[in-house]
Amino acid sequence: MVTAVFDRARRVPGSRERAGDLLFRLTISGVAGIILLAAGALAWQLARESASTWKSFGLAFLWTSTWDPVSDVFGVLPFLYGTAVSSLLALLIAVPLGVGAAIFLTELAPKRLADILMFAIELLAAVPSVILGLMGIFILVPGMRALGAPYGVGMLTAGLILAFMVLPYITTITREVLLTVPRPLKEAMYALGGTRWEVVRGVSLPYARSGIVGAVFLSLGRALGETMAVTMVIGNTPKISASLLAPGYSMAAVIANELAEAASDAHLSALVAIGLTLMVVTIVVNGAARLMLYRLGSRK
Amino acid sequence: MNSTLNLIAVAVLFAAPAAAQMKTLNGAGATFPYPIYSKWFDEYHKVKPDLQINYQSIGSGGGIRQITERTVDFGATDGPMTNQRQFKVDGKILHIPTVLGAVVPAYNLKDIADLRLSGPVLADIFLGKITRWTDPAIAKLNENVKLPDAAITVVHRSDGSGTTYCFVDYLSKVSAEWKKKVGTNTAVNWPVGLGGKGNEGVAGLVKQTPNALGYIELIYAKQNDIFYASVQNKAGKLVKASIESITAAADAAAKSMPKDYRVSITDAAGEGAYPISTFTWLLIYERNGEGKGQVLKGFLRWMLKDGQGMTNALGYAPLPASVNAMVGKTIEGIQ
Repeated sequence: MVTAVFDRARRVPGSRERAGDLLFRLTISGVAGIILLAAGALAWQLARESASTWKSFGLAFLWTSTWDPVSDVFGVLPFLYGTAVSSLLALLIAVPLGVGAAIFLTELAPKRLADILMFAIELLAAVPSVILGLMGIFILVPGMRALGAPYGVGMLTAGLILAFMVLPYITTITREVLLTVPRPLKEAMYALGGTRWEVVRGVSLPYARSGIVGAVFLSLGRALGETMAVTMVIGNTPKISASLLAPGYSMAAVIANELAEAASDAHLSALVAIGLTLMVVTIVVNGAARLMLYRLGSRK
Repeated sequence: MNSTLNLIAVAVLFAAPAAAQMKTLNGAGATFPYPIYSKWFDEYHKVKPDLQINYQSIGSGGGIRQITERTVDFGATDGPMTNQRQFKVDGKILHIPTVLGAVVPAYNLKDIADLRLSGPVLADIFLGKITRWTDPAIAKLNENVKLPDAAITVVHRSDGSGTTYCFVDYLSKVSAEWKKKVGTNTAVNWPVGLGGKGNEGVAGLVKQTPNALGYIELIYAKQNDIFYASVQNKAGKLVKASIESITAAADAAAKSMPKDYRVSITDAAGEGAYPISTFTWLLIYERNGEGKGQVLKGFLRWMLKDGQGMTNALGYAPLPASVNAMVGKTIEGIQ
């Protein structure tokens, strides 16, 4: 009933809409429009600046792995691989940790302790990535070398730093959604004789599933685009290696590294083409997240 | 307290009209000469208080691009512009050499303070053909040194850089294979090795990783007490990088200096010449609008006379006298 009234008011501006309402509506639509316009302009500009790369290499740019700024031969594959593998490694490490921590915070920890821990986690989320990169160089890299990694820097080190970076996101969001699980549902399960583990597994996690998936994809988006911390520890070598201890490279890192000194037009264009590829990858990831959340939502 | 505030207010009132008349020049480019350039612009501001020179050290590639698009009044680069790029420019851009610097092979070997290397050996290491410190080619150059039986961890720059340009330009001259397989540029397709970002990134990796070998600017190695090797020059002598040996390399090149100064002095002849040395250039249009040519000319005259005296303290070598005189004539043509 109420929604019907609102719908009508929106659909029929007519005489009853006041000038102030109209102005408000136009301003707000304008603001929303700017976002679309900016995103569109960004994509258009990236496509335009990278046109010569797509013209000379075609889609083969996506699956060739030579990166030679001297003879102007470019392929994005090692960077695509590095971005994907380091981000997936990060999720593999951070998701179980983050979800586990969130369950502890909502279901097990005393309130005082949970408050203190949450404060610490939120603090962690505010650490600039270059600081994490420094931590990687001074602590993680020597540590990895001491554990037997040949160089210390490499794909796994980058994955660890990224995991550290997205952990607060996963923990905070998962905790928020776990807190929204209705008490009666949980109490009903306890009344049936369920243990704490059974309540978490049977009630809380299924209820919070879409929120957790959302947190994971948000983290993935962040990991894909991370530049500074990754370039400081990944080794910056455009090669695809079977070993996770070997150095690699990522898309964001190569752009940050080479853009300032890219002297030839072909080199510049290839770097922009990597930017476009990275943008498409993140859009696809976000789209997949939307689709998954939509499916999960409609099943409920 | 109150009187201080008043004083400041009065000072600001008087300074405002002066600031409005102040001339500014904007430049952008190479990071390698940034310390000496900022020193010069600072000192020149004391000589000419109504002129403010701003310089952004965004990299040689960026400097070339910005001067080509005329978004700055002057550019700066460590690698000369190619003919192809100059051809695209609307107007004539002059290369004005300012100072010289060197790139050194920095290494991390326990208890070895004086490593010796040669151009072909360096090329083979960076090509991945020499992989161990005990390789006969290295052992031959270091007869009385106990080299570790370990793999060489090669470190290079991950970002495009004039330092890289100078280093690979040298490797291209001493190794035909390097020239064919890799070539010369500010960024190349490295056959082996780890990438570090900036001089500090390479230095950090070399310092941290036992048995590592990388290349960095001389000033950077000196300031951070990193061991660097002496390199065998064209005359067959082992030379360590220093202001004297860089100047010797420049002297050798000065005799055949081309008119546009676009010259590479790596692998220079001469007994005392350090072979991985380079000029660094300012990029300036021959014809400038709004009277900026006169202002630039004023600064360049000062740079050649007073500015050259400030280089040694910062680890750069000054221009040889003959080149200085030649540049002095060239800048008079700037309008």
